[in-house]
This record gives sequence, structure tokens and C-alpha cells, in this order.
Amino acid sequence: MGDSSEAKRVANRLQARSLTLPYLEQELALDLGLSRRDVLKIAGYGSLAAFLAACGSTSTGSSGITATGGSMSLGSYASDPGSKAGVQAIVDAFKAANGGTKVNINTVDHGTFQNQITSYLQGTPQDVFTWFSGHRMRFFADKGLATPIDDVWNAVKGNYTAGFAASVKGNDGHAYAVPTDYYPWAVFYRKDLWAAKGYQVPTNWDAFKALCEKMKKDGLTPIAFADKDGWPAQGTFDILNLRMNGYDFHVNLLTGANGQKWTDPKVTAVFKKWSEITQYYSPGFKGLTWEQGADQLLRKQAGMYLLGLFVGDEFKASGSQADLDQLDFFAFPDLGTSFDAEKALDAPIDVYMVTKKSPTLSNDLGQAKAFMEFVAKGSTQVTFWKNAPGSIPTATDADTSQYPALTKKAVEIVSKAQKITQYFDRDSRPDFSGPNGMQGFLLSFLSNPSGDQTGLQKQMQTFWESLPPE
Amino acid sequence: MLTRHDKILLGLMVGIPLALDVILIWGPTVASIFFSFTNWDGIGGIEAKNIVGLKNYQFMFTGYTLFWPAFTHNVIWLLWLTFIATPLGMLFAVLLDREIRGARIYQSVFYLPVVLSLVVVGFIWELQYFPTDGFINNALGLVKSGHIIDWLGDSRINLYAILGAASWRHIGYIMILYLAGLKSVDPSLREAARVDGATEVQTFFNVVFPVMAPINVVIVVITAIESLRAFDIAFIINQGKNGLELLSILITNNSISEASLVGFGSAIAVVLLLISLVPIVTFLTRVMRASQ
Repeated sequence: MGDSSEAKRVANRLQARSLTLPYLEQELALDLGLSRRDVLKIAGYGSLAAFLAACGSTSTGSSGITATGGSMSLGSYASDPGSKAGVQAIVDAFKAANGGTKVNINTVDHGTFQNQITSYLQGTPQDVFTWFSGHRMRFFADKGLATPIDDVWNAVKGNYTAGFAASVKGNDGHAYAVPTDYYPWAVFYRKDLWAAKGYQVPTNWDAFKALCEKMKKDGLTPIAFADKDGWPAQGTFDILNLRMNGYDFHVNLLTGANGQKWTDPKVTAVFKKWSEITQYYSPGFKGLTWEQGADQLLRKQAGMYLLGLFVGDEFKASGSQADLDQLDFFAFPDLGTSFDAEKALDAPIDVYMVTKKSPTLSNDLGQAKAFMEFVAKGSTQVTFWKNAPGSIPTATDADTSQYPALTKKAVEIVSKAQKITQYFDRDSRPDFSGPNGMQGFLLSFLSNPSGDQTGLQKQMQTFWESLPPE
Repeated sequence: MLTRHDKILLGLMVGIPLALDVILIWGPTVASIFFSFTNWDGIGGIEAKNIVGLKNYQFMFTGYTLFWPAFTHNVIWLLWLTFIATPLGMLFAVLLDREIRGARIYQSVFYLPVVLSLVVVGFIWELQYFPTDGFINNALGLVKSGHIIDWLGDSRINLYAILGAASWRHIGYIMILYLAGLKSVDPSLREAARVDGATEVQTFFNVVFPVMAPINVVIVVITAIESLRAFDIAFIINQGKNGLELLSILITNNSISEASLVGFGSAIAVVLLLISLVPIVTFLTRVMRASQ
């Protein structure tokens, strides 16, 4: 009995040693051959199996910066069924294309991933992680929690337009991310409902309001709106502020740059304009989720819905292709200001980034960079898009011939925009945009939209000033 | 006399729990108090420039628009549980104690919510309260008539809506505790009271209730703790905004969310700690006085 337990102990120890194999493999691959130190190291591990595995290792980098075979890890917030399947599909394709690189995926619920990002990046993160472009990307780059990937970017940048190139740059000028997909925010509607009622796409504010009035008379909720979760209202603030005060003002306001303050009368004007349409919103909107708002549009109870392209996911989830085919959208109407010409809109860009503190990164860096190059390919992004149709590929060489009309139109509206923003909570600091801050402030506004908002604006500014330097 | 062996054993029995207590409870507590004087964002080390003195506390009490609403909501929570939910739970226990027909069934029905986690309770009640798809508004015909009550989104009523959900669970919890206490009351006391001609109500208030003093203290403490740690349901509903602010949620939203305002969140935590000390100290002094 003593013998068998001893045997088990030895077996466990051997197994524990073999876990260090990937480490050895990589070490040797980079050193090209066994130095005396390596031999000693292998002797130190004392395992013949490790020695054989190390000798058998043939993994070599395909270029200076990437490596095939081996392994890497990926921290993913793609927890919805569609996007989760999409990530799995591109990982499988990467494995096949990169000499069988083993990829460990750690999928975390989207909201949880976002909430825990600070501790995640400082702890023992995976080698590569899914994230957002914009202020949120630059913030972690500044804090030294992301690895600059200029070499990868230089290899793939030919596949991107200038707008995307700007979206991956940190404040220090280095590239930190590879953009993989984006989606525009616009006003969505059902073509069949509109045809039946004879509605026309409004191009200016008065036509928009007149349409709302008409829909109300027809017994519809003119504008589906659902703000229980706090963030959807920020999309309306973004587009109104962009149209009324312009891109530069918007960016300054959200980042506090150039002394821009929330008490500015231009912000008051935005709330005043906004209050003209709140009467057309879904009843009980402060208790509705965005999915419930999408259902109102789907079931022809509501006429329009200002949301991201992901509204289509809810249509797809209904299981009826016929419904999805009826979905269409138009750009938010002009407000008659000089900023209408900017055609600015929210089109958040999702990216992949390389962490800094991953314990395996020193061994996996080549594989991680190979993965970053792989996700920059149009074909990879189309694979993902097929699983998550609300995410449009970013690469120039993506095969657009398969796009349905809705996706084509989404590409067009973004390419027409002279200025693109990432959405309130990606353009501003998270402590300001979250439930404690702007989400709550906008809910307060929506409780009393026609009242005087200067007190509320003062609260916003006080809160902004209370936040510690970033 | 204690042998050496006894002393070592005793030392370990006291030392290990004490070490765990210090590491897992007092350590973080002292750290939180320290953090509350900084503006640390959770990244990197704390440097001299991160020390901001009492600034967090000053802003919390004067500039932070969510602190006093959250404080008030915790107080409302406490009052609601103390004067509505807990007495109801006690009443149910007294009724069930009378061996009425189907007592077991009622007991199971009322106790069932207690085995659910508050997260599940929050989810179940969300389905009842949803404005257009929810059970309540549809059952009352409000959706059809177009006079929707926004149970979750109207900041004047949503706190009471979730208090209903919290009570649903709390009543069962108190009921089962009190019922266990009632079962242990010596039946000869009631017998004697009945012989002396006391009514049911008199018997309860003059005989049973005083005998139950230890259980009563436990129930008061549990009610106080439940209202101070109120978190789950409100967080599930809307992350505690728009009328559902609670101190515990402010701590979470500030310090362990993407916002990562560890310093400010810790300051709120310290205030909650000070408030929590009131029922804890009251309870402990009572217990210690009784054991002397």
C-alpha cells in the first residue's frame, strides 16, 4: 500500500513537471538549440519527458514577431451566445492556421468583465483580452497595463482606414489594439410598418416631431425608449450634443478638456431640445431593458428606436428571418446647425489588446502577436460577423459581398460620417459615466424633462470636480 | 492545573481563530479606514500624493448627491422591516403555533422564499414588476388601459416595490425563527395562565413574549443587520440608481466597479461600519451582561 501511494505521488510530481513543458518549449525555440544553461535547466527539472519534449519542439516563429504552435490565452467578454460562438470560431480557425496553437479562452460575463477590468489587468490576466477603443483603451495604456504592439500594427495597418488607425493609438503615440468590429447608432424602424402607414424618413427635427405626432395618433409608441440600465439614454445625449454643439465640444465636455464644464448653457440647450421628444417615449421606460424596447419595435408597438446595430440581435433571436429583413434605419435627423454637416455619430469600435501582467506572456508573446495579426484579417472578422451580425468587420479586405442590405447601409452611414465617437461610456471616464454619475443624472433629467436643468448640471459639474485626477 | 499540553492546545484553539479574524476581518477593516483618506484608484501603489485627508468625507456629506438618499433608503428599509415585515413574521409564527389545520403547508409556503438567494428573489420580482411585460400590471389590466405603473422605474415607488420583495423573504425567515422559539416555551406556563383566566392575547404579551426574550433580541439584531446589508435585490433591479440607492451599493459602485474609486468607496464603507457598530455593540453588551 505504501508503494502504491508512493507511486501516485511520483506520478503527480511528474505530471506537475509536464505542466512546465510549454515554458521550456518556448524558451528553446527562441534560443535555437540547447545552450549549457538550458541543459542544466532541463537537468534541474530532472525529467526525461521534459527533455524529450524540449528536443521535439519544432515551433519556430514565422516572422520576427510571431510564433506558431505553443499556446496562448484569451480573456473574452463575448458572453452572449452569438459572439461567444464567434470567438470560438475564430480561435478554431487560428489554431488550424498557426500550427496548432492551443488557445485557452476565459469567457466572463460582459458586464462583470467590464466591472472587474481594473483588478483583472493587474492580477493574472490572460495574454490577450477583448476591449473597447476610445478613452477606455488609452486609460489602461497610460497606466502601463497594456503592451504596445507597434510591430503588429505596422504589419497589419495596410488593412485599415485612417479612422481605425487613429482609434488604436494611445496617448503616447504607440499602437495598443487591433480593431475587429464596430456598429453604428441610428434610428431603427420596420419597413413593413412604415409602408403600411405611409411614413416617410424625416430628415430634419420638425419632420421628426411631426412624424412622432402622427404615430401617436395611429396608436403607436412613436419612439421606443428603455433606460432601466441607465446607459441607453446616453446614446440620445451623444447624438443631440454632437448635432447641436459639434464633435469638438462633445469630446471636450466628456473629458473635461480645455476647461469645458457641464454648466455650459450649450448643455442646457441639449436638454431643452431633448425634452421636446420625451413625451413620445415608451410608457414606463425607466423600468424597461433595451431588449424589451427592441421587442416593442419588433412587435410593431413602437415606430422608431434609437439604438446600436445590435438591435438586430433581438430580431434575430426572435427566430424569424422575415422580421430581420424588415429592419431598417436612418441617420438621426439634422437639427439645422452648422454641425449637421459633420454627420457625426456613435460607432463604437471593439478591439483586441495584449495585457502586460499575464504570467504566461513572456512565453506566449509570439503566439499572442500571431493572434493579433490573425484577427486583423478580413476573413477572420467575417467569420465572427456571421455569428454576431451586429458587429461589422473593420478590415479593408473583408469580403463585403455577403453583407445583407442592412449591414451595407451601416457601413455606408459610418463612412459618410466625418466625425465618429465611441459612445458616452467609452469616451468619458467610467466613474463619471457609470450608475453613480451620468446614468443617474440622465434618469433624473428624464423624471422631469421639462423642468429647469441648471441645478442638475451643477450637480454634474460638482461630481466631475470631486473625481480624483485620472 | 493546566498541563503544558493543555496550554498549547488552548493556545491553538484561541490563536487560530484569532489569527483568521485579524487577517480576514480586522485587516481589511483597518485597510479600508486607511484607504478612505486617499484617492487611490486601485492601480499601482499608494503614494504621498494620493493622501487627501478628509476630502472624501467632506464631499460625501456635502457634495455627493447620492449619500443622503442612500442613507434615507437604508433607514426606510430598517423601519419597514422593523414595523411591518418582522411583526408579520412573528404573527404568522404565533398563528402557526396554534396547530391550525394545514399548518405544515402554510409553513412550507412561507418558508420557501427563504431558501432562495436574494439574487433569485430579485429576478423573480423583476418579472412581476416589469412595466409592460410584468405580471402585476397585466393582471390589473393596466397595460391594456394604458395606465402603466412603473414599479421599477418610478423613483417614488420603486423602493417600496423592492421592499415588498425583500419582505416576501424576510417574513418567512422571521417566522421560522420565532416558531422554533415558541415551540420551546414550556407548555405548563400557558396552562397556568389559562387556569388563572388570562385571554390568549394576555397570555402572549404577559407570559410568552417575556419568556422569549433571548429570541426577541436575536430577531431585532437580524432585522437591523438585514437592513444594513440590503443590497442584492436593488442591485439586480438597476444597480441601485434612480431611487434604489443604498449605502452598500454606493460602496460597490464606487470601489469595485469599473469606476474604481477605491478611496471614496472606502469612506462610505467606514460610515456604514460606524452605523453597523450601533446594533452590534448593543447586542454584545446585552449578551455579556446576561452572561455575567
